[in-house]
Amino acid sequence: MLASDNGQSTMNFALSDEQQMIVDTVRSFVENELYPHEAEVERTGKVSPELGQSIAAKCKEIGFFAANMPEEFGGGGLNHLDFTLLERELGRASMALSVYFGRPSGILVACEGEQRERYLLPAIAGEKFDALAMSEPDAGSDVRGMKCNAREDGSDWVVNGSKHFISHADIADFVIVFVATGEEETSRGPKKKISCFLVDRGTPGFEIRTGYESVSHRGYHNSILNFDNCRLPGTQMLGEPHRGFELANRWLRATRLTVATMSVGRARRVLDLAVPYCVERKQFGQSIGKFQGISFKLADMITEIDAADWLTLSAAWRVDRDLPCNREIASAKLYATEMLARVTDEALQIFGGMGLMSDLPLERFWRDARVERIWDGTSEIQRHIISRELLRPLES
Amino acid sequence: MDKILVGLKRVVDYNVRVRVKSDGSGVETDGVKMSINPFDEIALEEALRIKERGDANEVIVVSIGNNDAQQQLRTGLAMGADRAILVETANHVDSLTGARVFKALIDRENPDLVILGKQAIDDDNSQTGQMLAALWNRPQATFASNLSIVGQKATVTREVDVGLEIVEVDLPAVITVDLRMNEPRYVKLPDIMKAKKKPLDQVLLGDLNIEEATGIKQVVFEPPSERQKGAMVDDVAGLVAALKDKGLI
Repeated sequence: MLASDNGQSTMNFALSDEQQMIVDTVRSFVENELYPHEAEVERTGKVSPELGQSIAAKCKEIGFFAANMPEEFGGGGLNHLDFTLLERELGRASMALSVYFGRPSGILVACEGEQRERYLLPAIAGEKFDALAMSEPDAGSDVRGMKCNAREDGSDWVVNGSKHFISHADIADFVIVFVATGEEETSRGPKKKISCFLVDRGTPGFEIRTGYESVSHRGYHNSILNFDNCRLPGTQMLGEPHRGFELANRWLRATRLTVATMSVGRARRVLDLAVPYCVERKQFGQSIGKFQGISFKLADMITEIDAADWLTLSAAWRVDRDLPCNREIASAKLYATEMLARVTDEALQIFGGMGLMSDLPLERFWRDARVERIWDGTSEIQRHIISRELLRPLES
Repeated sequence: MDKILVGLKRVVDYNVRVRVKSDGSGVETDGVKMSINPFDEIALEEALRIKERGDANEVIVVSIGNNDAQQQLRTGLAMGADRAILVETANHVDSLTGARVFKALIDRENPDLVILGKQAIDDDNSQTGQMLAALWNRPQATFASNLSIVGQKATVTREVDVGLEIVEVDLPAVITVDLRMNEPRYVKLPDIMKAKKKPLDQVLLGDLNIEEATGIKQVVFEPPSERQKGAMVDDVAGLVAALKDKGLI
């Protein structure tokens, strides 16, 4: 499926007809099926299971469920660029609702043997929801510092420890969990070996607890996972023993693109609200857009949004071509999330006092923007990745 | 029935605030989002439902315009149409020329039914369907909000000023559809990819041997004049006095 290979030229900034249709369809889905429920989610802080299931069912009906997963397993088979365009439109809506527009973790493609029937295929068919667990109270940016561990016992593994900030684990049927499985000596000191497991909700010794109240993304919940001598057969391991970190690194690229492109989508929605307001709102006898103090804000907003958009799309394009892309993805994630913070803040300023009131969605976008600079690698971690790539070739 | 012909006009998207070009030669379309005329999308949805009920074999979508209209035809194909015809012209196409083009295509394709939007949201003429029925010398049922087909007859509910009117027409016929007929489907992802492989024929308008209508000339485009600022009146007596003052009653 090559919706993006529309032109002869190697550099073509136009969308193909197919890409345009993907964008139009997702935009219209978001506007008709998600926007109408946003106020309710903000008010109640939750999405009813019936509503969530109905969104997922509609998404399945139009063949967009698991659009990111390979066609051979029943997914939509979109490449990273086309999927990034899709998620950009999805990013306009509340995360609590858009999470039901099914996008299983790409990492599940690593499923082998009967894992495919038990996890990969049901996730793609929308029969099972997954969540992914990495962070711990004492292991945030320092992922390798994780304390949650598994020790081998015959052909089983016994897991102990806890995870937190686990997004949408409250609605997950199974969780993809990274744990330490030993330590190895390296030239730079001891390093933890990491492995990855698939853990079903309801497994004895495994508990999913309500997490913290977050300022961002009301209704999109985080959970705390506790493992107390949780015994897992060896067949629950995803990928090779002790190779979980490599698996995670490969997969984390996609989630950073997701954060970047959804930030771009949300910023465009905010701009779409701010521009007409600058024309309609009159002060001192004229539209506030006539004042340079306001109009220049709009100029900066659109310029930064476009820059983040192209940075993100070009990073996705590089992934599809197997070009080096770690630095580019980090740049996109860094810039798009920081852009969103500035754009939501300026939009709120344009709306003045009303912008702070929950009668308008501006305060929500402003709150929601805050987490984007933190999760899936903080801005500081992204800057570390970017600068390391610049300096390393010269340092050895 | 065998074939249904559906017209898809490329128009400025209904969400866009339309602007007149500074030289008054038309409406600004550069960099503006273009879409299928919403009434035409409803027409296509109805045709697809007829086909899915097993009452038609083929749905053909037609657009008249420049090469860019391919985008709307591809969307029509992705919605489920079987094939598309683009009648290419760089000229402005008025209602009569549009009707003549459809008549020429009818002569080629022999459809059992032509479904069009009741009007296009750009020029709002609401004429093409009616003119086509006259040129074709077949029945018409306009402003349809419901349509059922039994054998060679179509029963159509029409939205008219006094309420709903139900008419029966013999096929072949021209039906133009209103807003409340149906809700067009979302395009399905697998169908987006399949649309690329469906046939899209391109015909030059000049090769259809029709006379392009010249009765209407577009002279100049102007934005509507700005609405005058209103005034608040205190009560009914104040309203009556204000209307009298302006000589309106």
